[in-house]
Amino acid sequence: MGAAKLEVLLQTLISGLLLGGLYALIGLGMTLIMGVMKIINLAHGELMMVGMFIAYWMFTLFGIDPYISVFIAGPALFFLGVAIQKYLVNPVLKVDSILPENQVILTVGIGMVLSSAATIAFKSDYRSTPVKYGTSAFYLSDIWKGSPIELSLSIPWSVSFLFALAITGALWFFLQKTDTGKSIRATSQDLDAALLMGVNVQRMRVVTFGLGSGLVGAAGCLFIPIYYLYPALGGQFTLIAFVITILGGLGSNVGAILGGLILGIFESLTATYVGMGWAPVGRFLIFIAALLFLPGGVASLLRRRTFGK
Amino acid sequence: MNKVAIPLAVLGALLVLPLIGLSSYTMHILVLVLMWTTIGMAWNLLGGYCGQVSFGHAAYFGVGAYTAGILYFKLHISAWWGIPLSIAVVAVFAFLLGYIVLKLRGPFFALATLASGEVLRITTENSGEFTNGTLGILIQQRTWIEKTRYYYIILAITALTFVLVRKLVASKWGYYFVAIREDQDAAESLGIDTTRYKTIALVISAILTGICGAFYTNYMGYIDPNIVFALHDISIITIMIVMIGGVATEWGALVGAGIMVLLAEWIRAIPGLGASHQAFFGILLIVIIIFLPNGIVGDLPKIMRLFRRVRA
Repeated sequence: MGAAKLEVLLQTLISGLLLGGLYALIGLGMTLIMGVMKIINLAHGELMMVGMFIAYWMFTLFGIDPYISVFIAGPALFFLGVAIQKYLVNPVLKVDSILPENQVILTVGIGMVLSSAATIAFKSDYRSTPVKYGTSAFYLSDIWKGSPIELSLSIPWSVSFLFALAITGALWFFLQKTDTGKSIRATSQDLDAALLMGVNVQRMRVVTFGLGSGLVGAAGCLFIPIYYLYPALGGQFTLIAFVITILGGLGSNVGAILGGLILGIFESLTATYVGMGWAPVGRFLIFIAALLFLPGGVASLLRRRTFGK
Repeated sequence: MNKVAIPLAVLGALLVLPLIGLSSYTMHILVLVLMWTTIGMAWNLLGGYCGQVSFGHAAYFGVGAYTAGILYFKLHISAWWGIPLSIAVVAVFAFLLGYIVLKLRGPFFALATLASGEVLRITTENSGEFTNGTLGILIQQRTWIEKTRYYYIILAITALTFVLVRKLVASKWGYYFVAIREDQDAAESLGIDTTRYKTIALVISAILTGICGAFYTNYMGYIDPNIVFALHDISIITIMIVMIGGVATEWGALVGAGIMVLLAEWIRAIPGLGASHQAFFGILLIVIIIFLPNGIVGDLPKIMRLFRRVRA
């Protein structure tokens, strides 16, 4: 393999990894909701779009850096998620209907309302936040002068990746160490048992939906310096989120992180070696392959190793 | 007696409707309503009776539409041959897709069907030579300018679909479908080959949807991947039609299609809100799911009771 080819490969892997870190954050929100509610939230990408719009307006109106907006959009989306769960999803849990998929279809409706409301309010223009550091990057040749290959590491991508890591770490701490976090995990493992142990399941559902929305809202803030924003962008990210969730294993947090990384790298490879337009097809092929050959996701492989002996 | 009289009365009314001299625009709306009714009934067979909620009926609609389109575009044969041919093509597609997706249940099934529609859309967009990519296929010369003949063709398709779905639901297969919807494991333990009957429901549902796709190509004269494989504008609208009209009801699709098509046209006429019809659809969907979970036809007794209480 020539140096040029190696350079392309390594560069592709790096950008895939950075993308994967952000994907993991989107997937984590989805998998949390899926674990507790046992439904797929098809408004997930639209919630991210709302987070991106918050970051966008904060930047445009007040000059607030998108990375600081994480602490504004995250909580804002948390409350939006709480409201959705409390006033829309919970009532549907009680009604009697022929199809149990009502809740999923409900989230489709919520997503449609969010994306059209954004179209009405902000028009369907493409927007971005022109941050100063938008195009700057680290170069390998800056550190190692005689390097035979040249690799670059975009600064906004790297910062977003580090933020995603930090948020994931904070979430892990929350789920493992706090009472609320443990209650959420208990609800997701066995709803009836959690109820018997005195967990307020109703409240955990509300908190979880809020948390999932908050995470994806934060992910939106991390995406906006490196991506562009338009009201219809949600659908695409909803699809990405569920591919990650399936790839990782339903309701598994470690799985969602690994799933996000795998998907990021895979998409990056498809875009480089097959063609930009085919990246979404690769996404679905990996999804269908995961459903057929690894229905438990990456999480089932991890579990097998733990309990194997 | 009612079971025969009401459909015949509705059919009779629809047959004489064009004779009273409706405008071309009204005829267009009626054609769309009938087409969506057929797609709704097809979805209802799989989703409402068999309980397999598909988020990807655009896949079959699109394959039907492109069968007709490619016949015209590549082989220069009349796109009308697409209607009979689409039956075979869509059946094969549905059988293959069903082999993958019908192994899955609940959210997995929903997601896999959604993915299948999207995969076909992107594949069509990217296979430029065969499908003309994102440029789409334009039928240079429409068969007829005025809409009456299209109306009678789609009316015949709709009427046949209605009869077919009714016969199926009343047959032994229909009971198998409902048994699968209510409890798949129980159905399996009673000796119903669930995979087989789910495949049958899917293939029939897909064929009916595909015929509508082929009709759409002939009627509209232009298709592109973003129109016929659209997630929101085809797959989700199909679900909404059945949810609003009534899941697992005979007339739900007609009621739902009527409401949806008229609502879309009505919103489009409001200045400044033209692009926002999806917001209204979304709100309508949320309201229906919370207050009338079985749709207008399914919850008709509930609505009647409400009216009686208001009057009293």
